[in-house]
Amino acid sequence: MQSLTNRSKIVSNKKMTFSESIYLVAILKGMFITIQHFFKKKVTLDYPKMKKPVVANYRGQHILKRDDQGAERCTACGLCAVACPAEAITMVAAERKKGEENLYREEKYASMYEINMLRCIFCGLCEEACPKEAIFLTDMIVSPDQQRDKFIYGKDILVEKMEKRYDTSKRQKHLLEK
Amino acid sequence: MALIKVTIDGIETQVEEGTSILNAARSIGGKIVPPAMCYYSSLKGSGGKCRTCLVKVTQGSEKDPRPMPKLVASCSTNVMDGMVVENTASQDVIDARKSIVEMLLVNHPLDCPVCDQAGECSLQDLSYEHGLSTTRYEFERRKFDPIDIGDHIKLHMNRCILCYRCLMVGDQLTNEREHGIIGRGDHAEISTYLEKSVDNEFSGNVIDVCPVGALTDRTFRFKSRVWFSKPLNAHRECTTDKCSGKSVLWMSDNDVLRVTARKDQNNEVKEFICNTCRFDKKDVKDWVIEGPAHISRDSVISQNHYELPITHKYKALENTAKPQ
Repeated sequence: MQSLTNRSKIVSNKKMTFSESIYLVAILKGMFITIQHFFKKKVTLDYPKMKKPVVANYRGQHILKRDDQGAERCTACGLCAVACPAEAITMVAAERKKGEENLYREEKYASMYEINMLRCIFCGLCEEACPKEAIFLTDMIVSPDQQRDKFIYGKDILVEKMEKRYDTSKRQKHLLEK
Repeated sequence: MALIKVTIDGIETQVEEGTSILNAARSIGGKIVPPAMCYYSSLKGSGGKCRTCLVKVTQGSEKDPRPMPKLVASCSTNVMDGMVVENTASQDVIDARKSIVEMLLVNHPLDCPVCDQAGECSLQDLSYEHGLSTTRYEFERRKFDPIDIGDHIKLHMNRCILCYRCLMVGDQLTNEREHGIIGRGDHAEISTYLEKSVDNEFSGNVIDVCPVGALTDRTFRFKSRVWFSKPLNAHRECTTDKCSGKSVLWMSDNDVLRVTARKDQNNEVKEFICNTCRFDKKDVKDWVIEGPAHISRDSVISQNHYELPITHKYKALENTAKPQ
């Protein structure tokens, strides 16, 4: 049979010599390769102690931003949900009552906002569609879990915490340049 | 009635004498129809206010072929025999429309993400097609607080473009108009004196005729975005005088989120419905469902809208409908 490449080797049935049959040389050769790797640079990272640097427009877990006064920016306009190709986003809107002006920026807000992280393909279209600069993708990685229903992230996870604000200025700059 | 010849954007048609240029263009249909924000064919006396339907008349008539000196409002100018009209063919018209959109948006808050009308708003479509994406206006826009006009209607005066359509609904559909325009010029606003409620059996139709989100349904307020609900044509035997009972149900699963009258291809309601149908019959069992309502493929709300025959789910509901 004609070989497809010229790299194929012809297998022979020849008998091994005595020095070959004790495998000493072969074992030493193999160990040498193994020991060589001790002195090479590691390819793995000690995650989560060490993290790989990511680009400015890395698309990880979403965040719902608050404005400078701490009011939620999202107004439940539904453009992210309609832009989402995976249909991962659902929301329920509610009307802001008097006295809640410091909680929600607009007269309408999302009383329920859910992203199904198993459906999400992290394409970033929600971020592009958002007219209120409320939703952003971040460099945070969605944490693994064993139950599927834990991946439906509600407002408790998505909305930015006041004590742990997330800086999106780099990201915004990147989006503007595009 | 004698038929007369008129050419609009190079398309020749024959219409009856006394037809307006806008209606002649609508009889041809398609892209050449000028947009209209204030003219409403089923309301007498409407039109001539918003100036979005301006067209250029390059030949007045067969007998007097001189062009008209200025752009004319097509909704309130009648055709003449042998008239030649340019709408999208004329750069003047396109430029004028751009400026008019800019004028209409001077005081508009552009709160489309909050507004319930978004997705079926004439001003949104108009500005998307003709407007600029930036504003040159530097001054503070006029601001009003939203007002509840009765239990069912919300008035956002910020969004109003003063088309006067709702006043004509008040005059022509109901016996007594309870709202009007007070103030002049920049101070003009729709109001019911002392925020008196409008509770007439046909008052709900002001929501449908409003081209923007100034008058919206309070029972639908922030319930859902227009493009997430499924429109179904339905009818019921309505005992109210003059009510057609023909409507569109905007559904989410088996819930009726809101009821509106049916709009034709010009986005106009021909058969009005009463408030009982609109606000009180929010159960599928009250209605006989005909099938999905037609949504133009160009519309932003046509996404995920499939005009298939009635599904078994709705058929089953129809059989359980109680006779009224």
